[in-house]
Amino acid sequence: MIVAEQKSLEEIRRMIAPYERVLILGCGTCMTVCGAGGEREVSFLHSALRVAQARSGDGIHSFTEYTVKRQCDPEFLATLVDRVKEADALLSLGCGIGVQVAAEHFPDTPVLPGVNTSFMGAVSELGIWDERCAACGDCRLAETAGICPITRCTKGILNGPCAGTKNGKCEANKDIDCAWILIYRRLERLGQLDKMRRYYPPRNFRTIPRPRRIVNKVRTELGESNG
Amino acid sequence: MAKSLFEEKLNSDHFLVTTEVGPPKGADVSEMVHYIELLKDRVDAINITDHQSSVMRFPSLGGCLLVKELGGEPILQMTCRDRNRLALQADLLLAYSRGIRNVLCLTGDSIDVGDHKEAKPVFDLDSVQLLRMIRTMESGKDLSGNDLKGAPEFCIGTTVHPAADFIEPQLIKFEKKVAAGAQFFQTQGIYDLDSLRRFMQYASQFNVKILAGIIVMVSARMARYMNDNVPGVIVPQAIVDELANVEKGKGLQKGVEIAVRTIKAVKEEKLCHGVHIMAVGNERIVPEIVEAAEL
Repeated sequence: MIVAEQKSLEEIRRMIAPYERVLILGCGTCMTVCGAGGEREVSFLHSALRVAQARSGDGIHSFTEYTVKRQCDPEFLATLVDRVKEADALLSLGCGIGVQVAAEHFPDTPVLPGVNTSFMGAVSELGIWDERCAACGDCRLAETAGICPITRCTKGILNGPCAGTKNGKCEANKDIDCAWILIYRRLERLGQLDKMRRYYPPRNFRTIPRPRRIVNKVRTELGESNG
Repeated sequence: MAKSLFEEKLNSDHFLVTTEVGPPKGADVSEMVHYIELLKDRVDAINITDHQSSVMRFPSLGGCLLVKELGGEPILQMTCRDRNRLALQADLLLAYSRGIRNVLCLTGDSIDVGDHKEAKPVFDLDSVQLLRMIRTMESGKDLSGNDLKGAPEFCIGTTVHPAADFIEPQLIKFEKKVAAGAQFFQTQGIYDLDSLRRFMQYASQFNVKILAGIIVMVSARMARYMNDNVPGVIVPQAIVDELANVEKGKGLQKGVEIAVRTIKAVKEEKLCHGVHIMAVGNERIVPEIVEAAEL
């Protein structure tokens, strides 16, 4: 899933300063799970902005709030037309994708990002999220025992650990496991160390000609849509 | 015919001595020129470091050109941290065209340990891929298979970490580097001769030359700092204690003593094929070490 962190109240207040009527728009999917912009966070942010405005005494804003099931899906945004008409700006607590889909959908309304979209990751323990996928478009996990060196090695190197690994940790951050030590140990456990002995050539960055597009992968006529 | 003077020595039984000079942070190269002049006739080759510890400095390639101009034998340190495959190949062509024939291929320290932590890390290639890329260029092709007008030729080396706290994955990488065409290895800092002995027992099956890395420590504080902050450095507690127990102002002397002792042991035991002396900012004492170690 996509993981994000809410921006500081100060930065959010600076962004919304020119707009009187602000609709705070949450997202019911990834942002809800990672606690950056679901219904609960929308409601907390709404209260925080009102309190801050009351304390500073110089605010001009009136706030409304709403959370859609998925901000990255135009189908769900279509239900918002009337609410958006009543707003001077949308403060989106969706990820960077949600912000942009909303901006495309409501061409006459400024859409402001309320979160910093961080990465694609998973929960390691309660309240701790770790990055797991870099969406490189050329998955190598079969060769690396299901541990991604492109995402989890700070250098994203393919042919084994650098010399900076110490106590199984990364030279860039002593709190982070060295991906290549994890890969070695798991390959050893699986009896597949030969995979680490192979030479891996330089990556093909043509798999990432930004922006990327995937066509015709969902066969909606057969009812296999992800919606 | 040998590709360089250094390669010629590499292929002989000569006990190899290399050292490194770190370029300045700035355009004033006078101190670097002084060190190059001081060292060029006392060692077999001089490495010029490539933004060591990810700290922005005068470039390695520029330093190597100075070594050539001053009549020394340079080893171009080349990391993959700051340049993609186009820039690396271009720099190799420039280096070759100006008579630089030895390259040390490195992945490069993480951006996070340096002084430009906000920079974009490149790492388009890793050290193994860089070694292979050079061999590809020697065949007259660039990395995309296009013909080169004039192919370069290099004597290529890289690093290995015999003192790593978990050696097996490092040995896999070592073998990949050998297969990629590495001719020589300058090791990370060696203090514990046992780890070097164990490594050499294993490495002697390969037809490559190993130069033991000797880092000259000047104080216990420096040793502790490097242990905590410099990638690839592991100074054993016994050495830290030895440095801690000297009188104030005698740290460098003790560091030199440890370096000389280690080099002598390596040479007398014929543990490996040479040494690579890293004085990290104290280049001026390298001649003293070379002399005291009877190299």
